[in-house]
Amino acid sequence: MYAHWILTALIAWPAVAALAVLIAPPRVAKHLALATSLAELALSVPLWWTFVPSGGMQFELDAAWIPAWGIHYTVGVDGISLFMVLLTTLLVPLSVLGSYSYITTRERAFYALMLVLTSGMIGVFVSLDLFLFYVMWEVMLIPMYFIIGVWGGENRIYAAIKFFIYTMFGSLLMLVAILVLVYIVAQRTGAYSFSYPWVLAHAGGLGPAAFWLFGAFFLAFAIKVPMFPFHTWLPDAHVEAPTPGSVLLAGILLKMGTYGFLRFALPFFPAVALHPKVQTGIVALSLIGIIYGGLVAMVQPDFKKLIAYSSVAHLGFVMLGIWALTLQSVQGALMVMINHGISTGALFFLVGMLYERRHTRLVAAFGGIARVVPLFASVLTIVSLSSIGLPSTNGFVGEFLVLIGAFKTYPVAAIIAAAGVIVAAMYLLPALQRVIYNPLDKRENERLLDLSPRELAVLLPLVACIVWIGVYPKPLLRRMEPSAQQLIQTVRAASATVARGR
Amino acid sequence: MSLDLSNYRDLALALLPELVVTLAAVVLLLVVAWRHQTSADLRVAAWVTWWGLVAAAGAVWWLWWNTARPAAIPPAAHAAPMIAVDDFRFVADWLVLGTAALTVFVSFDYLERESLLAPEYYVLLLFATLGMMLMAGGEDLMMIFLGLELMSVAVYVLAGINRRNAAAAEAALKYFLLGAFASGFLLYGIALAYGATGATNLTLIGVQVTTLGLQKSTMLLIGLGLLLVGFGFKVAAVPFHMWAPDVYDGSPTPVTGYMATAVKAAAFAALFRVLGEAFGGVPAWREIVWWLAVITMLVGNFVALAQRTLKRMLAYSSVAHAGYVLVAVATGTAAGAAAFIFYLVAYTLMTLAAFALLAAKGRDGERDVRIDDLAGLAQRRPWLAFALAVCMLSLLGFPGTAGFIGKWYILVAATQSGQVVLAAILVLASVISAGYYLPVIMAMYMKAEPFEQAHSGMRLGPLGSLAVAVSVAGLLFFGVRPNRLLDLARTSGAAVRPATAAISGAPPTAPKLAGN
Repeated sequence: MYAHWILTALIAWPAVAALAVLIAPPRVAKHLALATSLAELALSVPLWWTFVPSGGMQFELDAAWIPAWGIHYTVGVDGISLFMVLLTTLLVPLSVLGSYSYITTRERAFYALMLVLTSGMIGVFVSLDLFLFYVMWEVMLIPMYFIIGVWGGENRIYAAIKFFIYTMFGSLLMLVAILVLVYIVAQRTGAYSFSYPWVLAHAGGLGPAAFWLFGAFFLAFAIKVPMFPFHTWLPDAHVEAPTPGSVLLAGILLKMGTYGFLRFALPFFPAVALHPKVQTGIVALSLIGIIYGGLVAMVQPDFKKLIAYSSVAHLGFVMLGIWALTLQSVQGALMVMINHGISTGALFFLVGMLYERRHTRLVAAFGGIARVVPLFASVLTIVSLSSIGLPSTNGFVGEFLVLIGAFKTYPVAAIIAAAGVIVAAMYLLPALQRVIYNPLDKRENERLLDLSPRELAVLLPLVACIVWIGVYPKPLLRRMEPSAQQLIQTVRAASATVARGR
Repeated sequence: MSLDLSNYRDLALALLPELVVTLAAVVLLLVVAWRHQTSADLRVAAWVTWWGLVAAAGAVWWLWWNTARPAAIPPAAHAAPMIAVDDFRFVADWLVLGTAALTVFVSFDYLERESLLAPEYYVLLLFATLGMMLMAGGEDLMMIFLGLELMSVAVYVLAGINRRNAAAAEAALKYFLLGAFASGFLLYGIALAYGATGATNLTLIGVQVTTLGLQKSTMLLIGLGLLLVGFGFKVAAVPFHMWAPDVYDGSPTPVTGYMATAVKAAAFAALFRVLGEAFGGVPAWREIVWWLAVITMLVGNFVALAQRTLKRMLAYSSVAHAGYVLVAVATGTAAGAAAFIFYLVAYTLMTLAAFALLAAKGRDGERDVRIDDLAGLAQRRPWLAFALAVCMLSLLGFPGTAGFIGKWYILVAATQSGQVVLAAILVLASVISAGYYLPVIMAMYMKAEPFEQAHSGMRLGPLGSLAVAVSVAGLLFFGVRPNRLLDLARTSGAAVRPATAAISGAPPTAPKLAGN
């Protein structure tokens, strides 16, 4: 029973509850939103145990939606999307709790949008119909657009429209590519259907058209990731977005890009994706992202912008891991996706807490606050170390796997990427030092308040995840392995067939 | 129900909806002759009009329900029917009748508030609607021309109904002069088409083209080109769009909404039928329409980007949307026909609602409403802001709205007919349009009210609100469950197809081929 309705419930529940939040009295809006998202989390937790690692697509539900166009409502998860769904349901309640004191105007609308955003995010990760995927992909834009544009910082309107137009540009080209792909498949098979498995089964050997189709998908996902040089919307959006917006943007929305590569771009067009030139180009862009993101982060005076650029570097690791296409590297990429959500999410929360206290995010405005706010300092230290990738934290596991995996296919790239880990230490450690260690030389900082119980409740689950995944990542790896293995096999086999045919 | 159109009784049945509208217009003329003083008279006129439109819609429905079709016997060439009886006509009739009915609701409060105590407004509205129905159902170029003139003359007057306003007078004059030119082009086109084929009946022209091999006839091609120019004026396709922004801008806003939707829909319906039935065998028009679509989309969107006032922005946006519809026309496939109808319905709903909301701003000053003047509307008038936001998202083609399904359908049709480049241009044009639709939403939701009570003058009235609510509900409903409307679009779109050898024998007066 649970298996059939759970994913639909995860999509529908927040959307329905959003209406309740909209009409509830303003005072209780946030509590209602928290209760809703906690219920969502509780609903999603059994997925962890009932998921069968070797079972392929699970929890599927299929219903006709617009039969005339071969459009179905089809949802399901496998080892790749399972963790994205769980990460979403984990981060949303924390974000809601984290916005309790940050959001003070138009609360009902804010929390309703957060819940609608949740529906959209889950929808993207579980859609197994190209039409449904596209709709969810676009629908989730609107709440984020409003969250940045209404509750953001000074330049919020510019950031919001830039975010919207960049994403829309990519996704509309993807829309045309989806239509052409489905049409080509329909001509071959006689069935006009947007079903993911159907298109996947018949998408082989597209010839020269595949290059253009892959290009459209690539653009949509690369903007979302964001890969260098499509990353310019990201710092604006992150800096202007309110804390919970940044957390979800970094934690979940960026992963939609890499998820799109894993789910669609790679399996649909293996021949193009593994074409030596394309592969080299993408690996090179990933490396530029890792190094460039790190170097730019190093010179940022604004702590939030620093974290934003560090996201570009982390996502570079994910792309490298995906394109190296070995079992370790793909698993590593998935791990980095999860870890980045946890660590960067926590960092954004911490910066937001600093901002709430001092109304500035400049690194130079702080110094020596470890003595004033010891709890805060210790959490920030743990999270920063995890973001750098110190062994025994989660960050290490992911990046290490990516590097080992990539070394097999791209030894040079792996070595350059390893240097990226050092760059990460070079931008994050000095910032950490300047914020919490150095002498306490500013009077405003002497009376900072330490973490409140509510803030601890936001951070502790993330810290727990950091340590748990860092020490014992096996339960995660075990669940994602068969799906990653299967992905690699299909892609390699398909591209080999094409290569032989050439 | 099979109607023998050479028989008067059956012909009257086939024309029942048009007759009902005519009757309503005549009755209303009589009523107005006695009662044209107070705002109460205005209300009487509005309700007479509304019920007339409803009755006509009922007549269309009755014909539809009984699947009225012309008798299967091939009519003699000299007595080819002037009016089509098919699903395409019924759907188009419903569309223009529905638009007119919603326009009545929107005008109801507007006219009183702007003290335009001229009940003739509604008479003109009825006559314009009648013209549109004849255009959509015309099976003969002469019938289409008559319908177009009936519609145009009425709309010229409607554009200038506010005599005290100089801008409205300018708009009406401009519309009239340029419209007269356009009619001239259309007539020349009809004359040349007749010269080449010896027929004005669409089906007969189509038969002549194939039997006589006129695909490359110079005279026919020039005629086709002139017809495209004439229709291009009416649908405001670039480069024949010059009149549109000024006229849309100067006319009273409910009239603008009516012009941007019903006039355009009727002209498109006639164009579609002419191209499909008469020129189905002439491949040349595909390429012309292809280019028209491309430049219309690009110019419309880029120029809309530069507009500061909401009304002009919407005017250019309606030019851009004509480009999207032309993409559906350019495909020339069954899917294209269905996409064409679906998009017209979606476009009508969203544009009409947007203009209705603009009319609420009113006070004779809606011309000057800048996009930034909507700042803070979301806090003061959340429902109005929500409705306008849905319209903007739908115009943008955002998922969850009918505008998205319509655009999707056009893209499906375009990719299926191999027009991938056209599809790519369409989506890029849509991205540009985000640059002017989003600022409206941004102003309403993300900016603070410029001063206290900035929006206190906004008044929509209960009937206007109803019209907007119906449109917005339709946009959202068809955005999620388009199934029924899709079926409707498919069956009615299939009604327009190139002539087959259904009509036997060439017309007796077939001329020797002129330009071959």
